Amino acid sequence: MADVAIPRAKPQMSEDSAWTQLKHNRNWLGFWFMVPAMAFLIFFLAYPLGLGIWLSFTDTRIGRVGHFVATENYEWLWDDSIFWLSVFNTLLYTFIASALKFAIGLYLALLLNENMPFKAMLRAMVLIPFIVPTVLSALAFWWIFDSQFSIISWSLRHLGLIDQNINFLGDTTWARICVIFANIWRGVPFVAITLLAGLQTVSPSLYEAATLDGATRWQNFRFITYPLLTPIIAVVMTFSVLFTFTDFQLIWAMTRGGPVNATHLMATLSYQRAIIAGQLGEGAAISSAMIPFLLAAIMVSWFGLQRRKWQQGENND
Amino acid sequence: MTDLPTRSVDLKAVLSGSSPTVAKDDHSEGMSYLQSVPRRMVTLYLPLAIIVIVLLFPFYWMALTSVKPDEQLLDLDRYNPFWTWNPTFKHFHKLLFESYYPYWLWNTMYVAVCATVLSIIASVLAAYAIVRLRYKGANLVGGLIFLAYLVPPSILFIPLATVVFQYGLFDSPLALILTYPTILIPFSTWLLMGYFKTIPFELEECALIDGASRWQILVKIVLPLAIPGLISAFIFCFTLCWNEFIYALTFLQSTSNKTVPVAIVNEFVDGDIYRWGSLMAGALAGSLPLVILYAFFVEHYVSAMTGAVKE
Repeated sequence: MADVAIPRAKPQMSEDSAWTQLKHNRNWLGFWFMVPAMAFLIFFLAYPLGLGIWLSFTDTRIGRVGHFVATENYEWLWDDSIFWLSVFNTLLYTFIASALKFAIGLYLALLLNENMPFKAMLRAMVLIPFIVPTVLSALAFWWIFDSQFSIISWSLRHLGLIDQNINFLGDTTWARICVIFANIWRGVPFVAITLLAGLQTVSPSLYEAATLDGATRWQNFRFITYPLLTPIIAVVMTFSVLFTFTDFQLIWAMTRGGPVNATHLMATLSYQRAIIAGQLGEGAAISSAMIPFLLAAIMVSWFGLQRRKWQQGENND
Repeated sequence: MTDLPTRSVDLKAVLSGSSPTVAKDDHSEGMSYLQSVPRRMVTLYLPLAIIVIVLLFPFYWMALTSVKPDEQLLDLDRYNPFWTWNPTFKHFHKLLFESYYPYWLWNTMYVAVCATVLSIIASVLAAYAIVRLRYKGANLVGGLIFLAYLVPPSILFIPLATVVFQYGLFDSPLALILTYPTILIPFSTWLLMGYFKTIPFELEECALIDGASRWQILVKIVLPLAIPGLISAFIFCFTLCWNEFIYALTFLQSTSNKTVPVAIVNEFVDGDIYRWGSLMAGALAGSLPLVILYAFFVEHYVSAMTGAVKE
């Protein structure tokens, strides 16, 4: 419907002075309307993006202009075991957290889609972890996972399951589990509520028809819900993967990359190298190394969107 | 697959709980009568209860810790850790009168409001131009803005730090006010594009025929009709600003200039073993404004969240 052009108000204007043209010509008007948004995006997004890649080829430090050193930063990183550990951590973190977020989120969306009392209130409550600033809830997790006064250790001890406190954030495996858990905790509401919105577009009559034909609940899900949800799943999961991959604040508030770098993600490592140690060039190289992964995620999103249009029978909107 | 009946997402229904029209037309309860009550207990209420409890427990814990007296915080054996009978507001008192907390709250609010207003203005203009002026290349620009949405702050903060330093904005709230829109504009432009598309263009045609300029059309016709979208974009952007961490951590240095998330992480984490009370009080006080805002605008939040994904 947006394809129908709005007729030009006064076609004879095109012969008028340059000033009137600037005021009425559609392309010029469009340009003026775009100026504020484009100014922000060019000066503070596109330019820094390019600058970041340039910095990664220099030996810039804080307070000193850098010189071009070609790929020295990357060669240095290639031999840096901590960098590779952070890549491994990031992939592990992204993969496990996204998969579980998707599974639990979809399950929660299906549960919330049922008829039940206090539905509206439940749905509103589920979204709260997404509203509260990540750092602040990460602090709550930090306290919950405290090595001495953790409420989880206390409960398990009183249930007789363990003898001594678990050193949640001091042990490498436990620390990874804890930050992944916190990430899932924060991400599930987003996945669940967006998938729920998708679920509500599926007509109940489809399920009724299928049930009459003898379909089981699993078949209902597999052959009706899932195919109709794929497009929205593709988009939601792209965002989820993207933001998990580049996560910074949760880790920084809970572990700062420790213990022994076991929870360092690429983002936290680049912060540590660039801002704390002052090696801007090296930090920029680490964050530039994230770009290929992000491009992969964007491609997935792109094809997800394409497929969605095809499914809905739209050509161009 | 294409002719399966799908309905457009009814956002109000997502949260209001009234399931969409079809189910209600015949006053039935869908197919839930096929399940017995005990079965529903196990397959629906039990897992739901577990998930909701896990999702909300950290907030309960945060609130409880912030009102517990110090001795009860660390002595888990003599007192039941899950409840307290003598709540104290000592931690909040310390927060409000013995720290910079009020400044931090004010900074966060100030930065969030300014950045949000700037981004909404820029996004309204951009979205209107892309959807309705449809100048040459509008679709391409729309796609580029969507790509900008996918550029995360954690790969931009290093070069942005040098840019901020060059412009002399380091350690000033202005640094955040100018950089946050890069996160907000792509999101709110896409959200508003969706809203503008739903406004009938016949209204604009009428106005054009009556001699209105584009600017008048935008201000007098399109914006009043897009108010729900504007509210959604506004509160969602506000939440994103409040939540933002890495830019605030990198660009601000002096204690009194910090925003709440950064300040709590950096200023309250000292060696004091009794810090937990005030730390949790700070986290709670920093979350409450957003939760209250959320309580009033639940459905706008959801439409913002799903809207941006939907487009």
